[in-house]
Amino acid sequence: MSKILMKGNEAIGEGAIRAGCRYFFGYPITPQSELPHYLAKRMPEVGGVFLQAESEVSAINMVYGAAGAGMRVMTSSSSPGLSLMQEGISYLVGAELPCVIVNIMRGGPGLGNIAPAQGDYFQSTKGGGHGDYKLITLAPESVQEIIDLMAKAFDLADQYRNPVMLLGDGILGQMMEPVELGEIKEVKQADKPWAASGMKGRSNSNIINSLYINPEDCEKLNEKLFAKYAEITDKEQIWEEYQLDGAEIVLVAYGTAARICKSAVDKARAKGIKAGLIRPVTLWPFPAKVIAKIAQSVNCLLTVEMSMGQMVEDVRLAANGVCPVHFYGRSGGMVPEVAEVLAKIEELTAGGDRE
Amino acid sequence: MMKKIFTRPKALTDAAFHYCPGCTHGIIHRLVAEVIDELGAADNTVGVCPVGCAVFAYNYFNVDMFQASHGRAPAVATGIKRALPDRLVFTYQGDGDLASIGTAEIVHAAARGEKFTTIFVNNAVYGMTGGQMAPTTLLGQKTTTTPKGRDKDNNGYPVKVAEMLSTLDGAAYVARVSVHNPTHVNKAKKVIKKAFEVQIKGLGFALVEVLSSCPTNWGMAPNEALKWLEDNMIPFYPLGVYKEPAEVK
Repeated sequence: MSKILMKGNEAIGEGAIRAGCRYFFGYPITPQSELPHYLAKRMPEVGGVFLQAESEVSAINMVYGAAGAGMRVMTSSSSPGLSLMQEGISYLVGAELPCVIVNIMRGGPGLGNIAPAQGDYFQSTKGGGHGDYKLITLAPESVQEIIDLMAKAFDLADQYRNPVMLLGDGILGQMMEPVELGEIKEVKQADKPWAASGMKGRSNSNIINSLYINPEDCEKLNEKLFAKYAEITDKEQIWEEYQLDGAEIVLVAYGTAARICKSAVDKARAKGIKAGLIRPVTLWPFPAKVIAKIAQSVNCLLTVEMSMGQMVEDVRLAANGVCPVHFYGRSGGMVPEVAEVLAKIEELTAGGDRE
Repeated sequence: MMKKIFTRPKALTDAAFHYCPGCTHGIIHRLVAEVIDELGAADNTVGVCPVGCAVFAYNYFNVDMFQASHGRAPAVATGIKRALPDRLVFTYQGDGDLASIGTAEIVHAAARGEKFTTIFVNNAVYGMTGGQMAPTTLLGQKTTTTPKGRDKDNNGYPVKVAEMLSTLDGAAYVARVSVHNPTHVNKAKKVIKKAFEVQIKGLGFALVEVLSSCPTNWGMAPNEALKWLEDNMIPFYPLGVYKEPAEVK
C-alpha cells in the first residue's frame, strides 16, 4: 500500500471511520478543527452522522445518547472544551457507556492560547469530573500511530464499557506526515444487549442510568468500576522502549514531548552519554511496571513534559524512591527544544554517579 | 364476570409513584403512557428523564429509558434519535431542568427540528431541591429563595417557554395544556398524542408544556393548589396550540 500525507486531526477522523464509528458530535475549537471538517465530509459518505452541537456540554450528552443506544460514537475538542465536558464524561462512566473522546491539548489555564501543550494530563488520567473513576487514555506520537490506535480505542471502550480518551496536542493534530492506512477491514463490533434502543420484544426495559440513590448500591457501582480498573491496569499497559541498552539515564515522555526526547537521546548517545527513553502510550493505565523495573538499573529518570510537571508524579510513584526522578518542562504552549533537553541530560549525568 | 373498563397502561410499570400527594406528575405520566399504548409503540420507544422530581421516571415507564444530566435531556434525545431514527423518542422535563439550566439544549434541539417529543412539566417551582424559585415562578410568588415573593427588579420575569420556542422554524408543534381538572386532563391527552404523531410523521420538533401543581412546595392542600393553578398560572401562561403543522390539523 502506498503512503499518503495526512494531518493528525484528519487521521483521527479516518481512523475512527475505519474502526466502525458512524456518529460524531462536536463543537468547533482550535487546534482540533480539521477533525470535524474532515468528518463533516466523510461521515455522510459512509452513511454516518456528523452533527455540530450548540456547545461541548451538548456534544458530550449527544454522545451519551448515541452510546446508550448502542452505537460507536466519538467527540473531540481541545482543553477548555474538555473542561466543559467533564460532567457528561462522569455520567458516561457512571452509566458504563463506551465512547471515544479526543483532546487535542492547547496552552492553559483559562483561555490560554491555541499553542500545543500537555497540561491536561491530570484531567485525563485522574478522573477529571466528579466521583471516583478513570479514563483509559491513549497518547499517540505520530500520525501513523493515530491510525493504528483508533481501532484499539474503540475496542477498549466496548470491551470495558468505559470512555477512552485519545490525548494529543496541537502539534500532533496539525502536522502532516506520510501514513499507511492499510486495507479497510470489516469491523466486528461487540454485542450490546444493555443498550436502550427500544424493547423490541424484550420483557424488561433497559435503563441507561448513573443514579444509585442508596449509598450501598452506589458503593457497589464504585467497587465494580474499580474491579474493572484493576483488570485494565493489569492487562492494558502499553509503552515504547527506545535506546534502553545499558542506559544510565532514562527519559520518560509521551506524545510530542517524546519525539523531542528521542532526538535528545540520539544526540546524547552520539556524545557517549548512555541515555534512553520510555514512552508511555497508555497514560492510564500508566506503564508503572516498566518504570519500576528500569528504576532498578539506571542512575536517574528524567520526565519531560509540555507542562509544569504532571506525569512526573506517576513516574515518581512507579519509581517509588528507588532512583531519583527529575523533571524538565515548558508550559503555556511553549515546546521544549532538543538542545534544552540535551542540556538537562548533560547536567544530570555530569557527576557520573548515582545520586 | 365483570368487564374490565379501566386498567394501568402497558407503558407503565407496576411501581408505585414516589410523588407527593396531589402532585400532577402521576396524571401526566399516565397520559404519556396511554398515548404510547394507543400508538402501539411501547416496544419501539425510548424515553429520557430529567434531573428533578421526575428523575425516577425510568422506574415508571415500561419502555427503554435514559436518565440525563440536569437540563441535557434534549441533547441526549438528539443522540438517540440520530442513532435510531425509527424509534419514538421523548424527553420528560421539569421547569428548572428545561427552562433554566437546559435552555441552550432545548432551544437548539427545537431550532434543528430534532424529531422527538418533549413533555415539559411547568409547576413554577423547583420541587426536589426544596421549593426554590424556578424560571417560571410567577411575579409575587413566594418560594424558599424568594421569601417575599418574586420581585421583577431582583429576579427578573418568568420565562414563557411555549411562546418562545414557537418562534423557531424547527419547532413543528408547540402547545400548552393544563391538568387541573378532568376536562383539561382529557384535552391534554389529545395534545400529547398529537405531539407524538408529529414525530411519527417526521415533521420536526414537538413540545407540550403541561401546567402542573406542587402542593408541597406551594404550601397548599391539593385542591387549593389546583385552584391556584387555574386562577394564577393560566392567566399568565395561556393555554392553547401555539404552532401546528397542517399535516396534523
